[in-house]
Amino acid sequence: MGNKTDKEGAMVTLEGGGEPLLSVRNLKVHFPMDEGRVRAVDGVSFDVQPGQVVGIVGESGCGKSVTMKAILRIVEPPGRIVEGQIMYHSRASGEAGTSKVRGTIDLVGLAPNGKEMRDIRGAEIALIPQEPMAAFSPVHTVGNQVIEAIRLHRDLSKSAARQLAVDTFRDVGISMPEQRIDSYSWQMSGGLRQRAMIAMALAANPRLLIADEPTTAIDVTTQAQILRLLRKLRFEYNSAIIFITHDLGVIAQMADYVVVMYLGKVMAQGPVDDLFHNPLHPYTQALLRSIPSVQSAPRVKLPTISGSIPHAFNRPKGCPFHPRCTSFMPGVCDRDEPELKAVDGRQLVSCFLFRDTPEVANGQA
Amino acid sequence: MARPETNPDPAPPFLEVRSLTKYYPITKGFRRRVTGLVKAVDDVSFSIREGETMGLVGESGCGKTTTARCVLRALEPTGGQILFQTADSGTVDLAPLSRRELRPLRRQMQMIFQDPFGSLNPRMNLFDIVGEPLLVNGMPNRKERQERVAELLGLVGLRPEYMQRFPHAFSGGQRQRIGIARALALNPRLVVADEPVSALDVSVQAQVLNLLLELQERLGLTYLFVAHDLSVVKHICDHVAVMYVGKLVETADTKTLFYSPKHPYTASLLSAVPIPDPRLRSEGIELSGEVPSPANPPPGCYFHPRCAYAIDVCKTQSPLLRQVSPGHFVSCHRAGELPLQGIVT
Repeated sequence: MGNKTDKEGAMVTLEGGGEPLLSVRNLKVHFPMDEGRVRAVDGVSFDVQPGQVVGIVGESGCGKSVTMKAILRIVEPPGRIVEGQIMYHSRASGEAGTSKVRGTIDLVGLAPNGKEMRDIRGAEIALIPQEPMAAFSPVHTVGNQVIEAIRLHRDLSKSAARQLAVDTFRDVGISMPEQRIDSYSWQMSGGLRQRAMIAMALAANPRLLIADEPTTAIDVTTQAQILRLLRKLRFEYNSAIIFITHDLGVIAQMADYVVVMYLGKVMAQGPVDDLFHNPLHPYTQALLRSIPSVQSAPRVKLPTISGSIPHAFNRPKGCPFHPRCTSFMPGVCDRDEPELKAVDGRQLVSCFLFRDTPEVANGQA
Repeated sequence: MARPETNPDPAPPFLEVRSLTKYYPITKGFRRRVTGLVKAVDDVSFSIREGETMGLVGESGCGKTTTARCVLRALEPTGGQILFQTADSGTVDLAPLSRRELRPLRRQMQMIFQDPFGSLNPRMNLFDIVGEPLLVNGMPNRKERQERVAELLGLVGLRPEYMQRFPHAFSGGQRQRIGIARALALNPRLVVADEPVSALDVSVQAQVLNLLLELQERLGLTYLFVAHDLSVVKHICDHVAVMYVGKLVETADTKTLFYSPKHPYTASLLSAVPIPDPRLRSEGIELSGEVPSPANPPPGCYFHPRCAYAIDVCKTQSPLLRQVSPGHFVSCHRAGELPLQGIVT
């Protein structure tokens, strides 16, 4: 496989230096259905640097969860990766790690249930799912499930694995870990379950954590606890995190780099500060304007995005956002799909407003 | 409570809830012996003026939805008074009324539900859904109903032509509009909205919030707005009441509550809200532990095990709701002496 040059020449690595941990290139995941083909993910590209928190933000149906499933190779049939690459740069051969995989691998080329993929899933790339209630089995103790996950990836005795599980439980801030490890998931509160889930994900010391809406089902004070924990663990375990959410507040507080998705496409991506303080794409701008903030003035009419998210079967032609866009240009936006282009040297934007040379775009900004 | 019986205010509040309680028994064994009580709502008092919006906030299980449902008498309150100013017959206490006595009052108070997918019958078309309250409340003429439904759909921004369609043809935001149209069918004066936007996407949420504000202005509605999202509450409410384990811990007008909270729980709740600005990253107030169960609350102030300012008296004595400034009620032994911070600007 090696370093294939991507077909999309325009895709520039903006974070200078260093090899990314994960590069997703032109990923397409389609679901052929009786009613037609659902293009859930349609040409998504982004990089994750080692130790970086990448936030993927988007509304329902934007393909953020399917992208995550594609990376883990757990897309449910009839969904299929039809195009693209997911290059994973694993540990160098000398480095210690729980998985035996070394070098650069295209995850798309692996069999979803093959030995290599199973070796990567959980050990190199781990998942923190959205609903910790549904993710744990109610008939096994939480501890047994964590120990099973550890022993799948590490050659440890049962008692050593248990000790490791207890230590990880302590790391994620579960009090009395020796007792809690023998409880069932339904005996735990929502916050505790999410901590246990994070412990399970961390136990094999992965280099990339994928957190799929890890705080949507829990209360705001618990959410603050979990976010604080993830921020702390990121430095202790030096893992990169892909943080998937629809909450722009959480993204602003957590992410280093943000990818904004809409209907299976990346609309914009860039460093978090640029994206929030100098949003270029009309969708990002509209999204930021339309959220009520505790800081904004009360009882004023919020600027809205007209219309609603189209159904997956009636995807608009051209730019998927054009029917709701205030900068819609007839004959342009509804004809071709814009490509993701570097605009001001920091952000990548997929919009025809920026189809000219970057210099012109800079002049506008 | 602190307020005197004879209200000096010339206009009595539109809705006044006094010492509302709702207990659920915990039963045990074959004979269902009552072994304890879950105090879901425990001595909650607040009032709303006509045309204003009262926000009820708190974490899951704090009793905010139970309170709202008791106010509508969708649930039977265990005790307390719900003084409602009716359109024609003065102030009525809703709490002791029987189902029959409530019947004529029902049309003055309606509810908007949280889940726009669960709250609409998939086998009924829009005409039936929005028209049902009209049919039940004495509008048997189909033609008249059609006209009224068309008017209501227009009011919430849906096309009257959609009347024959079924809920599955609509998106989440549109369904919520249908739910709002149904709630408004009988020209209610009080609308209880239970998390009306929390199931909606960000880009659609703003549309529904704007609609609620617009309808309030046009129709002079009074809202009781239940929500956990403080940004939404700040946006839409005039007054806010914060609940914790069934008790009201603080109530004030929105500005006072958000900028100078006097209860440590309110302050930690405010600091936990993620601000959508990467330049304002904060660690917030570390609130350790979990929300206690209302079946087995701690002694004294329910918040003391998690409170950074707890002193001995907090562990033994339950604080009473007291007024710290006009209209600002706090239930904390140390209210006023704590260095609490509201939202940062």
